[in-house]
Amino acid sequence: MQKPKLNFASSALFMKPDPVLYEINAAQNRLLNLSELWRYRELFYFFTWRDIKVKYKQTVLGFLWAILQPLLMMLIFTLFFARALNIQNLSIPYPVFVFSGLIIWNFFSSALTNASNSMVNNAPIIKKIYFPRLIIPVSSILGALFDFIMAFVLFLILLVYYQTTPSLHAIYCWPLSLIATAIASLGLGSWLSALNVKYRDFRYVIPFLVQVLFFVTPVIYPTSLIEQEWIQYLIALSPMYAAIELFRIPLLDAMPNYAFLFMSMANGIVFLFVGLIYFRKTEDFFADLA
Amino acid sequence: MQPILEIQHIGKRYNIAHQSGNYLSMRERISQLFTREKTTKEEFWALKDVSFSVMPGESIGIIGRNGAGKSTLLKILSKITPPTTGKIISRGRIASLLEVGTGFHTELSGRENIFFNGSLLGMKHAEIKNKFDEIVDFSGVEKFLDTPLKHYSSGMQLRLAFAVAAFLEPEILIIDEVLAVGDAEFQKKCMGKMEDVSKSGRTILFVSHHMAAVRKLCNKAILLKNGQIDAHGDTTDISEYYLRQGLSSQTEKNFNDEELKSKSIKLKRAAVYAKGQTPQDPIKTSDEVIFEFDFINNLHQHNIDITIDLFDQTGVHVSHFGMVCSEDEKLPNGTYRTTGTFPAHILNTNRFNISVMFGLNQSQVLAKENEILTFDVVDDIANRGKNFAKFPGIIHPVCKWKTTPI
Repeated sequence: MQKPKLNFASSALFMKPDPVLYEINAAQNRLLNLSELWRYRELFYFFTWRDIKVKYKQTVLGFLWAILQPLLMMLIFTLFFARALNIQNLSIPYPVFVFSGLIIWNFFSSALTNASNSMVNNAPIIKKIYFPRLIIPVSSILGALFDFIMAFVLFLILLVYYQTTPSLHAIYCWPLSLIATAIASLGLGSWLSALNVKYRDFRYVIPFLVQVLFFVTPVIYPTSLIEQEWIQYLIALSPMYAAIELFRIPLLDAMPNYAFLFMSMANGIVFLFVGLIYFRKTEDFFADLA
Repeated sequence: MQPILEIQHIGKRYNIAHQSGNYLSMRERISQLFTREKTTKEEFWALKDVSFSVMPGESIGIIGRNGAGKSTLLKILSKITPPTTGKIISRGRIASLLEVGTGFHTELSGRENIFFNGSLLGMKHAEIKNKFDEIVDFSGVEKFLDTPLKHYSSGMQLRLAFAVAAFLEPEILIIDEVLAVGDAEFQKKCMGKMEDVSKSGRTILFVSHHMAAVRKLCNKAILLKNGQIDAHGDTTDISEYYLRQGLSSQTEKNFNDEELKSKSIKLKRAAVYAKGQTPQDPIKTSDEVIFEFDFINNLHQHNIDITIDLFDQTGVHVSHFGMVCSEDEKLPNGTYRTTGTFPAHILNTNRFNISVMFGLNQSQVLAKENEILTFDVVDDIANRGKNFAKFPGIIHPVCKWKTTPI
């Protein structure tokens, strides 16, 4: 609303009453206020932009770090673990196999770690300015997506180098895999970030949790390596199982286990709801607790 | 005509857990599950049943002492923390400035920080772009725009921060005491900018205990006390009421028999007041300050002296002054009243406390009472020129100035 530049007395006389813009109440029960998130949409961009900028400030290699990490990991796993794990019968070279898993995994682990610590790290802002708090963990996931894109470019180069052609399923499988990763990291991330505000213990739980998930998710080994079926079921419980498997469908000949995929994705969605509900329930009091 | 902001029966309760610190650790929570004894929780109402409404274009000052609930009210209005009871209806866009430079990151350049801070304050990207040159101009840091903030002086950071905030254009602006910082020249600039805002017909809520600024900016004021509205009305009335009220408890003190520590000298009453006023009235920088002591002297024909030590609220020893009670150095026993007059235009606005000491022959201490009186020296709001900030420093004498052509 544009206000005429009149002095106070006359402007007060001529101004029409505005409609009620919002109410501040004791209890707000909506799970997600999407219209509000939309109004604040530019903040997603600014938080993500700031996180990326700050991350690579005063580094010599800058954005190269985003691809160096998965590249070095790939080399290590190829040189040591491939032999130790005795992985055979893969239709693609092991470096491509492990790299395809690692870039998705790195996206998840940095998204989860950043999101979980994001509320505590931004406590000074939370205490002084209102905006939908969910923007903070979501933006840290978007920041991790940026690193993923850099690594993905390297992944495409790697495909050319090893003369591996992904099938056309990639068109929907890869975006789906990204969505599954985002759901998994947002669910766990929003939950852990809210818990972290209240109990700082979670600061120490998160790296450990990421470690454990890394080994129980088929990132560096194919699921077929595991012989016992019940362990396979257990592994499929990880929300990241679907993301990794989906990403590899266009690369491997083998058909995926749809039951496992479904289980893993359903689990991811359950975590998303639990995370968001807990976040929403505690969100209002972050400023008092942080 | 509807109010732009309606605050209805707002209350905010905090639970003070007596054992744990700021945040809980899981171990504490888990151990609580197994032990029967619970940490004693105390309820504390930071705000209780606060209601008022604000018409469009009004500027309202919210005043009160520390702990009166000002900050809590601000936080609720800014949606940072929800109220426990009541509700607030807003018919305009609220922007709140609880601090300047929120979200400033030292690794980012000045330019980048303008964009991030601006968007946090609710400006659109295009809006920041449009105003960018004005913001930079106002801040006066254009030379360092692409330098990381960590290389800025704190003054430059502050100027940049305020410049971004100054170009906010919400219908309702909530401002905390952001004026309490920065150099005098910049404060003047800020006050000018805020006056512009209030004249342009926008609604302002200004929270401060800096009375001169409240009087300049706001036509109405609300006085909070212990989480409730103590008084509201015209700024001039409220600020006088507030100043008067704050002083009454510490500026006069009566001593009963049990408190007396010395047999030779018994202090009955101590008071401090402005010349020609009572201890209930405010003491202004332009007043002579009278210290008054009633005491019983039980020593006959001795050389009694009385000494005052004056401290400011940070503990700085401002002054030490005393007098001999009788010229011939032989004070007969009896009840006496001693008054000491401290000259006007020396003390700056501040809170001071005094200790008093009775001595014998200017060498032996007979009785000593620490911090017996606490008093505020307030601004003589007249003749301040354009500067509404608190003058820095402990003393504020009237200096004679003259400018002549040479």
